[in-house]
Amino acid sequence: MQPDKPLTLYEKVWNAHVVRAYDERNALIYIDRHLVQEVSSPQAFESLQKHGRLVRRPDAHIAVADHAVPTKDRTLPFKDQLADAQVRRLVKNVEAFGLPYVPLEDDRHGIVHIIGPELGFTLPGATLVCGDSHTSTHGAFGALAFGIGSSECETVFATQCLGQAKQKTMRVHLTGTLSAGVEIKDVVLALIAEIGTAGGQGYAIEYCGPVVSALSMEARMTLCNMSIEAGARVGMIAPDETTFEYLSDKALAPKGAFWDDAFQYWRTLRTDEDAVFDKSVEIDVSQIVPFVSWGTTPADSLPITSTIPDPASEQDAGKRARLLKCLEYMRLKPGERIDRIQIDRVFIGSCTNSRGEDLRAAAAIVKGRKVAKGVSAIVVPGSASVRLRAEAEGLDKVFKDAGFEWRDAGCSMCVAMNPDRLETGERCASTSNRNFEGRQGPGGLTHLVSPQMAAAAAIFGHLGDVRKLMERTYA
Amino acid sequence: MRKFEKLISVAAPYNESDVDTDAIFPARFLLLLNRAGLGKHLFNDLRTSASAENPFILDRPEFKDTQILVAGERFGIGSSREHAVWAISDVGIRCVIARSFGDIFRANCYKNGVLPIALDADDHARVLAAAERAEGLTIDLKTKHLSLRDGADIAFEVPDQQRRALMVGQDEIGAILDEDADTIVAFEAQQKRHMPWLYLSPEQLSSFQADSPQKGH
Repeated sequence: MQPDKPLTLYEKVWNAHVVRAYDERNALIYIDRHLVQEVSSPQAFESLQKHGRLVRRPDAHIAVADHAVPTKDRTLPFKDQLADAQVRRLVKNVEAFGLPYVPLEDDRHGIVHIIGPELGFTLPGATLVCGDSHTSTHGAFGALAFGIGSSECETVFATQCLGQAKQKTMRVHLTGTLSAGVEIKDVVLALIAEIGTAGGQGYAIEYCGPVVSALSMEARMTLCNMSIEAGARVGMIAPDETTFEYLSDKALAPKGAFWDDAFQYWRTLRTDEDAVFDKSVEIDVSQIVPFVSWGTTPADSLPITSTIPDPASEQDAGKRARLLKCLEYMRLKPGERIDRIQIDRVFIGSCTNSRGEDLRAAAAIVKGRKVAKGVSAIVVPGSASVRLRAEAEGLDKVFKDAGFEWRDAGCSMCVAMNPDRLETGERCASTSNRNFEGRQGPGGLTHLVSPQMAAAAAIFGHLGDVRKLMERTYA
Repeated sequence: MRKFEKLISVAAPYNESDVDTDAIFPARFLLLLNRAGLGKHLFNDLRTSASAENPFILDRPEFKDTQILVAGERFGIGSSREHAVWAISDVGIRCVIARSFGDIFRANCYKNGVLPIALDADDHARVLAAAERAEGLTIDLKTKHLSLRDGADIAFEVPDQQRRALMVGQDEIGAILDEDADTIVAFEAQQKRHMPWLYLSPEQLSSFQADSPQKGH
């Protein structure tokens, strides 16, 4: 390898964390940060105990319960005994191993991927893992962040390292201008629809280009969050002034001279001009209109102005069979207009879209309007901090006046392992990240949308084009 | 971890694409704390919604004791839940053959003595056909070959490191600590010199803890 070979952002962060290179591709890498939640950690702690092993660096972990927790009526114990036992187990484990923990009633509590950045635990150039696939979120800061399984969590606890294969690199270059009514969620759904659920498999994606540079940190997190839905464990964005500004007042971000040192280094965290990516995708976002998923993977997404695809026009037999099965599950007919699909529920929340900006965007659509009759709609802020700020801005009132429920933070209706879930046959416009069969509850029918589109669906009572509501507002 | 060397078994054909870990192991069972016995929730919603005349593949008599699952494209995408692999392993499946896998799922397989084999379209079709005829397959990890009853022999790829770990049933943490305890200490020392800001200061840590209300659970 030439000493001055141009490198991508991913390669720079990877190289800085190689503890031992096993071969050209595989290495033992050092993990700077580990976020711990109640679902993927109990078996890891149990195994540590069984082997008489300790957590190597308790200061490198932060634990929080988010998946199993109810988002209303949090009186203890929880009604669901299993959920109660799982959260209790986490508390017992963090006490036994001496890990920092954010309790449910803490003002810093929230979804693990929302609070990592809010605390300043997520930093550019750091390696960060969590037993959750949406850990790619933290790549928005130029961290090398990826989801892992419980066994890997245990390895990180015990060794602060992980054996990993270096990913190939993929550049997603976004140009153009986002139209009114179009959010980064629409862009990422359009991207996944184009490259497929495996389009990013084996790759670390770097998002770049003028559109990305102009995005807020919150929108960047939404973008990186969805990388895993394209199959990529890693999605990164080079840190810049927006990143530094966001981090400057965060409690766990470096302070004083450490900040100055870090800042010097962070500014080098960008892909070198002549660096070569293994794959490259270019998207002009000006062409993108509000998107919505109609099927059972995020790649099954189309502009809101479309109709449901017809299996009869699919040449490939395998794809045709899949499409038929998908439409049967989703209870949709070929040729049906997407913007006429009636909905029962609306969910604004999840690690994808539950930050301040998301809630503000949705509230702007909801303001002065009412949730359609027969639709049950909830807003679940991603963290207590998001909730408190939104309340200070009066957003809770906007939502409640319109007929939304306003909840406490948690993964809620994204994951169907807490009281918030769909019943069989219920159809939901959801700002979450996955529309797999049963993802929001057995037999539940999910349509992934942006926060504004979710708000519009709540008002219309069916999936609909948010731009129609905006015309009325601004005409 | 159980050792993996050679496997002789019928293989259950399940040639669906984009089978995500929510389908393999529905989220509501993630509340269970014990990893033993998770097999009874494997593919729960697909199994319970299937009819008595047309049961889910793993509930058909000829595949009840199968140790091999032949899946389709992009098997195990989505959530990182290792419960999906624990459940697969719990019912006795030790090898999943597919066109491709979700990355986290595949990594989780290796940690649990389950061999994930990705095959190209032609080889996959041959294995699938054999599985559909309920013929036995032989999988030899040592030689990285899979053989069918008709004598066909298919080579498959496994990264060397994962192959070795599977064959000896390696305790990965034990191995890292044995081989690299000093390397890790040295790495930390140099990192602390060059990037001290990656380490939270004692003040940050103590004020972080002090801010916790420490009540409730």
